[in-house]
Amino acid sequence: MSATTQQTLPPPARRRSRGAAGDTGFRVLAGTAALLVLILLGATAAAMFWGGLPALRAFGWHFFVGVEWDPVAKRFAALVPIYGTLVTSAIAMLIAVPVSFGIAVFLTEVAPTWVRGPVAAAIELLAGVPSIIYGMWGLFVFVPFMADYVDPFLDAALGPLPVIGALFSGPPMGIGMLTAGIILAIMVIPFVSAVMRDVFTLVPPSLRESAFALGATRWEVVRGVVLPYTRTAVVGGIFLGLGRALGETMAVTFVLGNAHDFSISLLAPGNSIAAAIANEFTEADSDIYRQSLIALGFLLFVVTFVVLAAAKLMLLRMARREGT
Amino acid sequence: MSSARARALHRRRRVVNLLGLGAATLATLFGLVWLVWILGTTLWNGAGAFDAKLFTEMTPPPGEAGGLLNAIVGSAIIIALGIAFGTPVGVMAGTHLAEYAHGTALAEVIRFVNDILLSAPSIVIGLFVYALVVQPTGHFSGWAGGVALALVMLPVVVRTSDETMRLVPATLREAALALGAPKWRMIVRVVWPAARTGIVTGILLGIARISGETAPLLFTALNNQYWTVNPANPMANIPVVIFQFALSPYDQWHSLAWAGALLMTLVVLVLSVGARAALRRRG
Amino acid sequence: MRFTRHLLALALGCALSVGTAQAQQITGAGSTFVYPVLSKWSADYARKTGVQVNYQSIGSGGGIAQIKAGTVDFGASDAPLKPADLTQAGLAQFPLVIGGVVPVVNLPGVKPGDLKLSGPVLADIFLGRIKEWNDPAIAKLNPALKLPAMHIGVVHRSDGSGTTFNFVNYLSKVSPQWKDRVGEGTSVSWPTGVGGKGNEGVAAYVERLKGSIGYVEYAYVIQNKMKWTMMENAAGKFVRPSAESFQAAAASADWAHAQDFYLVMTNAPGADAYPIAATVFILAYKQPKDPARAKTALDFFRYALQMGQETAKSLDYVPFPAPVVQQIEAYWHANIHAQ
Repeated sequence: MSATTQQTLPPPARRRSRGAAGDTGFRVLAGTAALLVLILLGATAAAMFWGGLPALRAFGWHFFVGVEWDPVAKRFAALVPIYGTLVTSAIAMLIAVPVSFGIAVFLTEVAPTWVRGPVAAAIELLAGVPSIIYGMWGLFVFVPFMADYVDPFLDAALGPLPVIGALFSGPPMGIGMLTAGIILAIMVIPFVSAVMRDVFTLVPPSLRESAFALGATRWEVVRGVVLPYTRTAVVGGIFLGLGRALGETMAVTFVLGNAHDFSISLLAPGNSIAAAIANEFTEADSDIYRQSLIALGFLLFVVTFVVLAAAKLMLLRMARREGT
Repeated sequence: MSSARARALHRRRRVVNLLGLGAATLATLFGLVWLVWILGTTLWNGAGAFDAKLFTEMTPPPGEAGGLLNAIVGSAIIIALGIAFGTPVGVMAGTHLAEYAHGTALAEVIRFVNDILLSAPSIVIGLFVYALVVQPTGHFSGWAGGVALALVMLPVVVRTSDETMRLVPATLREAALALGAPKWRMIVRVVWPAARTGIVTGILLGIARISGETAPLLFTALNNQYWTVNPANPMANIPVVIFQFALSPYDQWHSLAWAGALLMTLVVLVLSVGARAALRRRG
Repeated sequence: MRFTRHLLALALGCALSVGTAQAQQITGAGSTFVYPVLSKWSADYARKTGVQVNYQSIGSGGGIAQIKAGTVDFGASDAPLKPADLTQAGLAQFPLVIGGVVPVVNLPGVKPGDLKLSGPVLADIFLGRIKEWNDPAIAKLNPALKLPAMHIGVVHRSDGSGTTFNFVNYLSKVSPQWKDRVGEGTSVSWPTGVGGKGNEGVAAYVERLKGSIGYVEYAYVIQNKMKWTMMENAAGKFVRPSAESFQAAAASADWAHAQDFYLVMTNAPGADAYPIAATVFILAYKQPKDPARAKTALDFFRYALQMGQETAKSLDYVPFPAPVVQQIEAYWHANIHAQ
């Protein structure tokens, strides 16, 4: 395309040749960077796989479905951390996605201009708090709050119900998967909301204005114009948050209770893949122990892969249904 | 359509509008409550040790007064290295995905791998860099820390710059190309500026993410009780100092840990506000 | 992109500033438990000699792995390596300082030191076999105390740790059931209870949960004024955790006949010995790549063992008695080829 343009509108010869050379150079540079990303990040995954392979060989499929985690007897299985990772991340996303969406809508549609900057900066600040501080705050401030007010309430209100009750029963200790999920949600909100807000502002003004001209309310513009236009990027932002939630370690280790026994209740101590690695890796005293922890890390990739693949499939189906 | 029904529909639309926007406002308040709560805790605990000494003295042994000077400088250097390695690669990779490889299978693979690595536990990245840099060189170093942080921030930068560049309207590109600009100039002069806020947000989120990371530094930069600006040495850094001091039995170390947390939070605030202000002035 | 250019310039500047006054510096890593006292010794030593010993707490397992990988000048571990492992890795090992692991409780009306426990009872509590505070086994040890009919909440470490290693090593020595069902290690498969991250996490949970029992390092007990327990030792006497009882444990341990100082000091035989005393071990190469650096490290440890005693005590650690220090120095002479 640029070739035809150059033929019809010949610019000075020196500039053209420089432009063409620059084009090749730039293209190669960008391609190399992309390839480097693929290689580096792929190598990380491969290193995890090779590192964890001995454990996967030793325990077989049982590693994924068993519950025992016994460093002394050197028997390891990962169902409890897998379950904990999925549950805490699910809780986090259940809270974080609607809240982030609300924040992004508020910042682009509702708030007066002078409010937007400070509020956006404030929310972004949540991303700057080191995760160990989330952990310490969680341990000393939030866990007692959960134990004194939230857990007893949930236990009393929801505990007696069939099925759901099992999720909300147990002694109100304040630690557990619900607490961890809430803290993860707080950590994820700035990531998701920042991406949503940025892509919302990228919607061409002409699109929004024509919707307004047709008499649409602000909410209808968000639902009917902004969201469809930015959908893939919004989902990207959610993945960004989900990735953070799945892999977050330090904050979770303080409030999760890190129990290796299986419990269905959200108020009971649980474990997560990242927390188990962070807690135990530096002190792992046998090869198979270390390999099992690395295999856990690889497992996190697998879990992420499955979650992502499911999400992509959902997106595809959504797109097909809408015929776009 | 009767006018009564039209009015009812109108009212319903207005109510839905108000409810939706009201919920959005509530969501923002919800987010701000946590911020105030957590920041309040940090401020309350960190203010005690937040004084001039924090910036002029080294990390002390227990029982002595001191500050975080070596850790502040070390962190600045390691984070700068991380940004210097991570940002150009990340933005260029995002450019490749959005501008050159759009729609190809390779781009989809890279995006997928990138998304998976967003969730890599940072300790895993630390271990990878440990094997890549620390073991071959035979010692811990600031360089290794910078590489580890670059790897942690890379997926964030790639993801956000790719996403925002793809949202730049095609009309802008076509206009630039129609004027005879070579593609690379079109990208640098049209696409990047148009996607600027998003790219900067990605970089800022990346910085925010790495500035508080302990795990990838523990096995790469390690930490240093003493002053050093040479990245070939083990280097002091705030996250590891916070980690070690916060889990110690001594009150005076605890307050330094909180002060470090407060400082780090303030830096991220200044960075994000400053970058946004600068963007607005130029744009 | 100007921003990036500035950063690059800064990075390059750093790289070029290698020549700035760089005092001699050696690096060590490992045990979290020993970190406060080592950093204090290091600061004192740096002021005296200008030599900087940079010690970082990355966990005992990390310390062992790093010295084996040759990325540090010395490693520190709360658990000793077996002589065979040392030989295989070409490492020497010696003890540096002593601390203690202390059971702490949260019981209404019970003051620090009120509650007395024995090893087997402690093991049964952590096994979940003793579930109530008014259990006859506890009451028998505490005839003077009126213990409530309250559920015992067990709190243990969630992260792998040398503190846990010493604690469960003791339980394995005094309780066959513990040895069978759980065993010993830096982390174990706990039969009951909740896990707290670090001493900090355990202390926080014990302070929060009424009727709970946990274990933390001695310094935490002192600094946080926690309710410690009296422990029955191997000689059948109840002792309180203190510098004296830790030192008694060190003195009664048979260091002279322990090859490479491979000895876990729990359940020590002395009449006044505290039963869950813990030792920190230093690991260094027998044939170091750089003998000068190895000598610098040994000079520092000589200073720590001989001159650093008061410093250790002020931070609630216990230094080794003089005869053991002499054995350690003789061991250096025989095993570590530092010039």
